[in-house]
Amino acid sequence: MTRFSLLFFAAALSAGPLLAQDTTRVDEGVRIGVDYRPGTRPGLVVIPGAGLDSVRAMVRRDLDYTDRFEMITVADLPQGSTTGRGSAESVGGVNYALYRSLGAQFAVELVQATTGVTARLHDLGEAKVQSQRTVGLPATTAVDFRLEVHRLADEVARWASGNPGAAASRLLFVSGGRVYRVDSDGHDLTPLTPAGQTSLSPAWSPDGQRLAYTQMGEGKGGIVVQPLSGGPGLVVPGSQTALNITPSFSPDGRTLAFAHSDERGTDIYTANVVERCCAQRLTVGRFADNLSPTFSPDGRRIAFISTRAGPPQLYVMAADGTDQELLAPFDYGATGSSNAPEWSPDGASVVFHREVSGSPQIFLVDVAARRVRQLTSSGRNEDPTWSPDGRHVAFISDRSGRRQIWIVDVETGRVRQLGTPGAARLPAWSRRLGRTTPVPNP
Amino acid sequence: MRAPSLLMLLTAAAFAVACGGKAAPEEPAPEPTPAPAPTPAPEPVDDSAERERLERERMAREAAEKARTVTADLAAMINFDYDQATVRPADQETLDRKAAILVANPGVKLRISGHADERGSDEYNLALGNRRAAAAKRYLENKGVDASRLEVVSYGEERPLNPGTDETAFAQNRRDEFEITAGGNNITAPQ
Repeated sequence: MTRFSLLFFAAALSAGPLLAQDTTRVDEGVRIGVDYRPGTRPGLVVIPGAGLDSVRAMVRRDLDYTDRFEMITVADLPQGSTTGRGSAESVGGVNYALYRSLGAQFAVELVQATTGVTARLHDLGEAKVQSQRTVGLPATTAVDFRLEVHRLADEVARWASGNPGAAASRLLFVSGGRVYRVDSDGHDLTPLTPAGQTSLSPAWSPDGQRLAYTQMGEGKGGIVVQPLSGGPGLVVPGSQTALNITPSFSPDGRTLAFAHSDERGTDIYTANVVERCCAQRLTVGRFADNLSPTFSPDGRRIAFISTRAGPPQLYVMAADGTDQELLAPFDYGATGSSNAPEWSPDGASVVFHREVSGSPQIFLVDVAARRVRQLTSSGRNEDPTWSPDGRHVAFISDRSGRRQIWIVDVETGRVRQLGTPGAARLPAWSRRLGRTTPVPNP
Repeated sequence: MRAPSLLMLLTAAAFAVACGGKAAPEEPAPEPTPAPAPTPAPEPVDDSAERERLERERMAREAAEKARTVTADLAAMINFDYDQATVRPADQETLDRKAAILVANPGVKLRISGHADERGSDEYNLALGNRRAAAAKRYLENKGVDASRLEVVSYGEERPLNPGTDETAFAQNRRDEFEITAGGNNITAPQ
């Protein structure tokens, strides 16, 4: 299981073709090759059963949130009709004919095992168990219980679609000046910074073990890198004076890029957060602002915001600061301000927000073609961040009346709210979270 | 000027004094003006002492009034157009008055804080506020104020002056505030 996670994690960081190669090496009966075709989501049913209620509910919701399946509900079926023991169309007590008649292509079965739970994916068309795995689960009260179930759901999603979900991940966001952490399904809300201190710009390290954020004080602020397990934080070299915002880790977790604001303007710097040294300036603003750096997944390029041509717009440069050029085309005087970029996990696009008729909306720019595409249009929508599978974007929207986290499926446009008690801002989605042993950097 | 800011100003000034001349070595450490202490009246019949006392009180009031005006001039805010950090012509006179006071009072130091309205991204607004504060600093430097006396900070959209969400509120919130951080007592008016 661990090996599987590592393999997949490495694959997720790489380009598409590599992903296919790596996943085919995964054994244990995993079948790859069911490609998602837009508009034709396969029907999937999570088979009701005795016990495991919380696990079943979580897996079902996680699979629903992948937006890769047409979820079929069978809760109201008459007792006993879901099993078809004795029928030729039944395997292991699962009534294939019934689920097929409901339009399902897959059925997910969860049964209690001695140490945890066994998940089986039935391919109803092929009338066989396609994949199965037994995983240990900690007690439902243990801190890692929910994350373990989310990992199982991600794996079931991968069996059925070829792509793992993003359930085993968390988001950081700011509410009332504090940084909070919340699971991708809205559970386990946890404050990470103390009350009475203003914190901004939270960012995950790629291994999910550290958090970088701006600790504000009287109009200035340094960037702190804090282990999530506790322990002392590090004030990032080059950020000890003036105002420092929008930190972003390089994919190998060694370099932090951030914006340093002083009387010369705002410029992007990098510092080595492993050696704790070597702050280096990448942009020379001459009283313009350069901020919000975001690394490409290969670590070679940085997209960022600059006011060099007037209103803030999206640019790109090499990771050493050379070859700076416009990334998202704009018409001077007509296109609204653009801000808050984040490079997609597959490297193909950058998500950002841009003012349209006075309201920010979420946009994507295709890095190769330099084409932009608008994802939202209702209310104010800002500060987007990618899900680890690159399929969804979380952002802040006031469409419900106050600023909350919403998640949009980039393929279908389906949205859902990730509810938080207070007003939320500046969300940052983690990568897939491994177990307590750190995922090694590639 | 909001009451809390005035309080902060006074506290900052008192702190600067308490810390001794450390804040401004070039300041000639002026003797504190003796308070109009009540002097014992030598001649009960003569009212000249009383007249002198009243005169001293009047002068002290005038000086205090003048100091208040000078302090208010130093603290006067300037405003900006949407997404702009250029000092507007209408605000140049405000900055000119500050520059004259600062030149006449070499011990005075200012913290300039830039602010933005709530539109635009939270993080960009911090950079924009910084640019607005830096613009005022550059203007004052060009008028002969030493750069080391002017500190630049930014609050972005974190501290709106007016919590409203209309254009009037936005216009008030796009501003620079000026806070005396040293040499705040005994400020003299420029000649």
